[in-house]
Amino acid sequence: MTRPNRRSHTVPHAAPVALIALAVAGALTACTDNPTGSAGAAGGSGSGPLSVISTDDACQVSATRAPSGTLSFAVRNEGSKVTEFYLLAQDKLRIVGEVENIGPGLSRDLVLTAPPGTYYTACKPGMTGPGIQAEFTVTDSGAVLEASGADADLVAQANTLYAAYVKDQTEQLVARTDEFVAAYTAGIDDAARALYPVARTHWERIETVAESFGDIDPRMDAREADLEPGQTWTGWHVMEKDLWPPASGYSALTPAQRREFAELLVADTEILHDRTRSMSFTADQIGNGAKGLLDEVATGKVTGEEEAWSHTDLWDFQANVDGARVAWEGLRPLLTKRDAALDTRLEQQFAALQTLLDTHRRGEGFVSYTELSPAEVKALSDAVNALGEPLSRLTAAVV
Amino acid sequence: MTRRSLFGVAAGGAVALGGAAAIARSDGAAALAGSAGPASAPAAYPFHGAHQAGIVTPAQDRLHFAAFDVTSRTRQDLVDLLRAWTAAAAELTQGRTVSQGGAVPYDAPPTDTGEALGLTASRLTLTFGVGPSLFEDASGADRFGIAERRPRLLERLPHFPADKLDPARSDGDLCIQACADDPQVAVHAIRNLSRIAFGTASLRWAQLGYGRTSSTSTAQQTPRNLFGFKDGTNNLKAEDPELTDEHVWVHTQDDPASAWLAGGSYLVARRISMHLETWDRTSLREQELITGRDRAEGAPLSGGTEFTEPDLAALGGDGAPLIDPRSHLALAHHSTNNGHRMLRRGYNFTDGSTALGRLDAGLFFIAFVRNPASQYVPLQTKLSRDDIMMEYLQHTGSGLFAVPPGVGAGEFVGQGLFA
Repeated sequence: MTRPNRRSHTVPHAAPVALIALAVAGALTACTDNPTGSAGAAGGSGSGPLSVISTDDACQVSATRAPSGTLSFAVRNEGSKVTEFYLLAQDKLRIVGEVENIGPGLSRDLVLTAPPGTYYTACKPGMTGPGIQAEFTVTDSGAVLEASGADADLVAQANTLYAAYVKDQTEQLVARTDEFVAAYTAGIDDAARALYPVARTHWERIETVAESFGDIDPRMDAREADLEPGQTWTGWHVMEKDLWPPASGYSALTPAQRREFAELLVADTEILHDRTRSMSFTADQIGNGAKGLLDEVATGKVTGEEEAWSHTDLWDFQANVDGARVAWEGLRPLLTKRDAALDTRLEQQFAALQTLLDTHRRGEGFVSYTELSPAEVKALSDAVNALGEPLSRLTAAVV
Repeated sequence: MTRRSLFGVAAGGAVALGGAAAIARSDGAAALAGSAGPASAPAAYPFHGAHQAGIVTPAQDRLHFAAFDVTSRTRQDLVDLLRAWTAAAAELTQGRTVSQGGAVPYDAPPTDTGEALGLTASRLTLTFGVGPSLFEDASGADRFGIAERRPRLLERLPHFPADKLDPARSDGDLCIQACADDPQVAVHAIRNLSRIAFGTASLRWAQLGYGRTSSTSTAQQTPRNLFGFKDGTNNLKAEDPELTDEHVWVHTQDDPASAWLAGGSYLVARRISMHLETWDRTSLREQELITGRDRAEGAPLSGGTEFTEPDLAALGGDGAPLIDPRSHLALAHHSTNNGHRMLRRGYNFTDGSTALGRLDAGLFFIAFVRNPASQYVPLQTKLSRDDIMMEYLQHTGSGLFAVPPGVGAGEFVGQGLFA
């Protein structure tokens, strides 16, 4: 589990994104990789960023026209109300790009790709009504732009795939958890120890979704070190410690206690199962979920902190990577259209990380974390960084 | 984007641009708080030039030195990294954000990490080097098709007497020396360059330094090391172009097989821990005897003032040399080392404390030399063996790097390696 977790609050409640908005061109996101090469090449916009000053009764845009390509609007709210800024299509209805919830005094950038045509800029102080609109012309810079239109279908397709994956994993989680607690409550500890990382794999694959349920996640997945004074410790890691107890200073749980913890875990797993039957995901949720899973690897698994007693961290590691890969795969049709270079980079780094992980396989699973040398941990960490950096740019490329 | 101008916009829009923020970053003003450089020093040093900046550049106050291992196996990745580092360095050293990509979407992580927003260039210099392990791996295999270009002098430094090197603080395929007057600017640079490297190179070790222990310009005062003595009195100075040409810069004919290094140099890095607690229990007489100079002025014990040439032959009333031949000064002085000299650019460091409650502190020694085999190795061998100061020193980290020449516009650092 992640300690005080932003995602658990933001993911399920994320504001709906404007799925039709064209997002970032490859040139922008590639800057870090190749600052001398492609900067500006794909975007084709010859002008600098446009500035927008939104007040309570005016919407001052620094220009009324710009060449086609990547457009940047630096929006500043100098009014007293919370404002929004839109670039609308010629019909004044279709949203090409938007920034919302800009508080008084704050600034925010809108970056989008626009083909030639007539548009309308709109500030919406107070966030109601049609806003203060003005015509805006995008001239033809000659830049080749990807046509939009089918993107909503691609997002829907990614959602279908990812929602199905979450459903499938929770079903398997329920089944494997039942097997695990059966062995555990029966006192068949060897079997329980073997089933523990197998069952948790299904949890870890969808960890960012599971964590979004702030009520059951701490009950199910809190580590002992995560607790605050007076908090009751329940869930997977209680049983982990009981199955791999410290050499001294630990009293084994009684059969009755084992049953109590097992029943709570099963009940919470059922809740998770039920809640994930009809979930749907936006592109940014899927993209941020992938990034979040890699963050989990970087902060909890590669450091060996997640499974402090069983040391089955590499199982969790693999499961987090599995989940991130599935999320990315669902978004690939969209990503290859928006930023093929980023997609290629992700493909390479997923493969490199998997190759490295595979060297630590043993039987159906993995070696204990304690068997890894510091150099092997460093190599894994390097591979996680290598994947995590491009993966952090996935969301912006698909929203 | 200029960090100062970004700050101006964020702080109050167009109005602030005409105000204090804009004035503070104007290049001529150099009105930097805590400035250690000469009063006439510019606020930013040019990145492009015949030599890399950060060598004869007047030593800034702070250091963040980082060594990297290349994790990728492909030559193209390495070239791309050096190209990206070069482009980023050209921005960062001028006080700008790491890339000029402009605005990024709200759903993307910012390209620049942001902690230097509103700060000046702070005289940041970024100096890049390549280690011997970049060319060949432990088994002698050519890693990136550049093995034949390895300069013959670029070898792992030998073991010196009393070395206690930590592999986790030694060597590396690549290095970056970031120097700035503001530590946050230097750290920002290394952080962003490390981030750019993810997937191609990973940080192997790093060292923060403060309180430059050498002056590299006659306009700078000689600072003191943690022993309390002035350090670097006899250092090579930028104002001696003939001496730096002779002792610092590699010449084309030095190593015809490595002509790419001409105009570059070699960087010797040594993390030297100081046993401060025992030093502090040492009498002033003993401290000065060990150093060969007086503590108050830094004058040689043969007399005069700081910059008086030491007279190693001068005898005291008892017939013994005034400067002990085993003293640090006597052993290190160029007159006893075949005239060899180095450009030193070290910094003090304090990395918290040890488990025994001692300061984990010392000198992060950096020297630039034209020929490490003649200018550094014999001297360090002699010092490690004979210098009575060694009782208070322990070398705990080490690295030797070849520092490519400077880059022109459109080039990338180390380009000659791949030409």
